[in-house]
Amino acid sequence: MKIMVPIKRVVDYNVKIRVKADGTGVDLNNVKMSMNPFDEIAVEEAIRLKEAGSATEIVAVSIGPQQAQETIRTALAMGADRGILIKTDTDAEPLTVAKLLKALCAEEKPGLVILGKQAIDNDCNQTGQMLAALLQWPQGTFASKLALSSGKLAVTREVDGGLQTVELNLPAIVTTDLRLNEPRYASLPNIMKAKKKPIDEKTPEALGIDTAPRLKTLKVVEPPKRQSGVKVKTVGELVDKLRNEVGII
Amino acid sequence: MDFSLTAEQQSIRDSITKLCAKYDADYWLRRDDEGGFPDDFVADLAAGGWLGIAMPPEYGGSGLGVTEAALMMQAIAQSGAGFSGASAVHINLFGPNPIVVHGTEEQKRRLLPPLIQGKDRTCFGVTEPNAGLNTAAIETRAERDNKGWVAHGRKLWTSTAQSANKILLLARTTPRDKCRKSTDGLSLFYTDLDRRYVEVREIHKMGRKAVDSNAVFIDGLPIPDEDLLGEEGRGFYYLLDGLNPERVLVAAEAVGLGRAALQRATAYAKERVVFGRPIGQNQAIQHPLAQSWAELEAANLMVFKAAALYDSGQPCGAEANAAKYLAAEAGYHACERAVLTHGGMGYAKEFHVERYFREILVARIAPVSREMILNYLGERVLGLPKSY
Ligand SMILES: Cc1cc2nc3c(=O)[nH]c(=O)nc-3n(C[C@H](O)[C@H](O)[C@H](O)COP(=O)(O)OP(=O)(O)OC[C@H]3O[C@@H](n4cnc5c(N)ncnc54)[C@H](O)[C@@H]3O)c2cc1C
Repeated sequence: MKIMVPIKRVVDYNVKIRVKADGTGVDLNNVKMSMNPFDEIAVEEAIRLKEAGSATEIVAVSIGPQQAQETIRTALAMGADRGILIKTDTDAEPLTVAKLLKALCAEEKPGLVILGKQAIDNDCNQTGQMLAALLQWPQGTFASKLALSSGKLAVTREVDGGLQTVELNLPAIVTTDLRLNEPRYASLPNIMKAKKKPIDEKTPEALGIDTAPRLKTLKVVEPPKRQSGVKVKTVGELVDKLRNEVGII
Repeated sequence: MDFSLTAEQQSIRDSITKLCAKYDADYWLRRDDEGGFPDDFVADLAAGGWLGIAMPPEYGGSGLGVTEAALMMQAIAQSGAGFSGASAVHINLFGPNPIVVHGTEEQKRRLLPPLIQGKDRTCFGVTEPNAGLNTAAIETRAERDNKGWVAHGRKLWTSTAQSANKILLLARTTPRDKCRKSTDGLSLFYTDLDRRYVEVREIHKMGRKAVDSNAVFIDGLPIPDEDLLGEEGRGFYYLLDGLNPERVLVAAEAVGLGRAALQRATAYAKERVVFGRPIGQNQAIQHPLAQSWAELEAANLMVFKAAALYDSGQPCGAEANAAKYLAAEAGYHACERAVLTHGGMGYAKEFHVERYFREILVARIAPVSREMILNYLGERVLGLPKSY
């Protein structure tokens, strides 16, 4: 079975981001970029399935600018076998990404696509679900555990009330939650090997997908500074404040 | 001039940083309090193939340059591991360089793979009590016998000798009065640290308790012929080859630790409120930290300039020495300011900066002192008369 892992290049989670002075977006100049952490979990899970003998090949796919190739190299250094870069300089929206991935699935025919549940830059949490809908494949989102046996994939999902397990026929879509695994860091020999692994380049045009944005960003603003709180001495005082000052009970 | 890292160099830094994240400030604080070599940390680095970063691929290394090794060591120090972490592996990265450059095929095949795999651990026996920085004056001697060599003498400061099973040993093999120059007649051996003939006594020291430094007493250590590196009598010159990379690595580590100190100081300066304002709002606190940033980044440029020169096969003595000097000074200032920024808390172990301060001093003293670097620059770069 082939596993496809779409990965996104995003601002590193350690970076304290700043809104551009003109309010059109986040300032990305000289900012460290990394693989979306949920996608690292997806790559790790794919590698574990391969190590367990359940998968034969892992293809890491990124949609983005030329530099997204570096993010693919990171996945290759972790253990993915080859990469595909769909090169675009427009910031692809979830639906565009889902369409591009659908087109790629038609070529690659993976048995499983593992995505991060969301990307930490825009927190959309849409791509996996949209891809499942477009392909009409079953989906197991917010996965905290995967178990593959006799052609069926059991996905334990983190839902509001606790854990839910669904059983999917393959091919299927999985999106990863934080607790699925702890991603490995690349060893030096694997970083060296990654240099020699192939990365194909494609364009959205060649796949027949229009990447023009459907959404328009009106304004980006910093969240308001948190006001300092007050300390109360007794439960009675707390209840009184909530009732009479805040008015929420 | 391109000052940016390649994608591969970036992954090296990222991977090391992630590996080091497992060994947090409390881990190193404990190592510093209790002592005890950071075996688990070193085992993790060995398992990730990191010890072979600069070793030839034919023997299991990755064949990268000083630039990459410096990035790796800097990331280790910068993670907060400081010299406790860096010195635990430092000598294994470039110490064995004489084997790579002057060893026979048989020696490389026998000696390098176990070093890279972390199965062998070496120490570096050069400094001696009666010679100091005047390395040519060492008194440890190795004499021929019918089976090879027998060594006698004393070494000082030999780091990691408590747990090392190998020693890179500089010894006089032709008496001084039979040599044309004092730097002739010294030979370099890489051999078993056989404790039947070698006594290793730990030195109680100011910092870096986790990584032992020792007085080593060598009494009749037998050394087989096949453990002599290169030609007899050329050892001093072989060591010289390895000095520049070592200086670059120490310098990279010093910048790393300085950055760690600066980061802690900055965080504290933002957080700590006195007189109704964060202390970092006062220029007396803010400016020294800003100055440290500038000093560290300037030193870092010299570090990577020296590394780039070395990796492209050009002479780099002046730059490597200057980098070591600048980085140690910049690191020292950053660590001192980090302590002062923390006020009384800077003196408390749980704020970690006092450990950094104790550790950074090593970079000012070893492997070569500030004074000897300035002697070198004065004489070799500026062409002034030799002062000693
Ligand atoms: C923590 C630690 C770990 C070490 N690990 C190792 C190791 O693993 N292996 C090893 O071989 N060594 C090791 N060393 C030794 C280190 O390399 C030496 O301490 C260093 O080279 C200085 O030599 P010295 O201590 O003999 O100083 P000395 O030679 O005694 O010098 C003392 C002082 O006099 C100054 N001085 C001497 N001559 C001159 C001159 N002509 N002009 C101006 N100033 C001068 C020096 O700069 C210095 O300030 C370590 C040292 C430390 C502190």
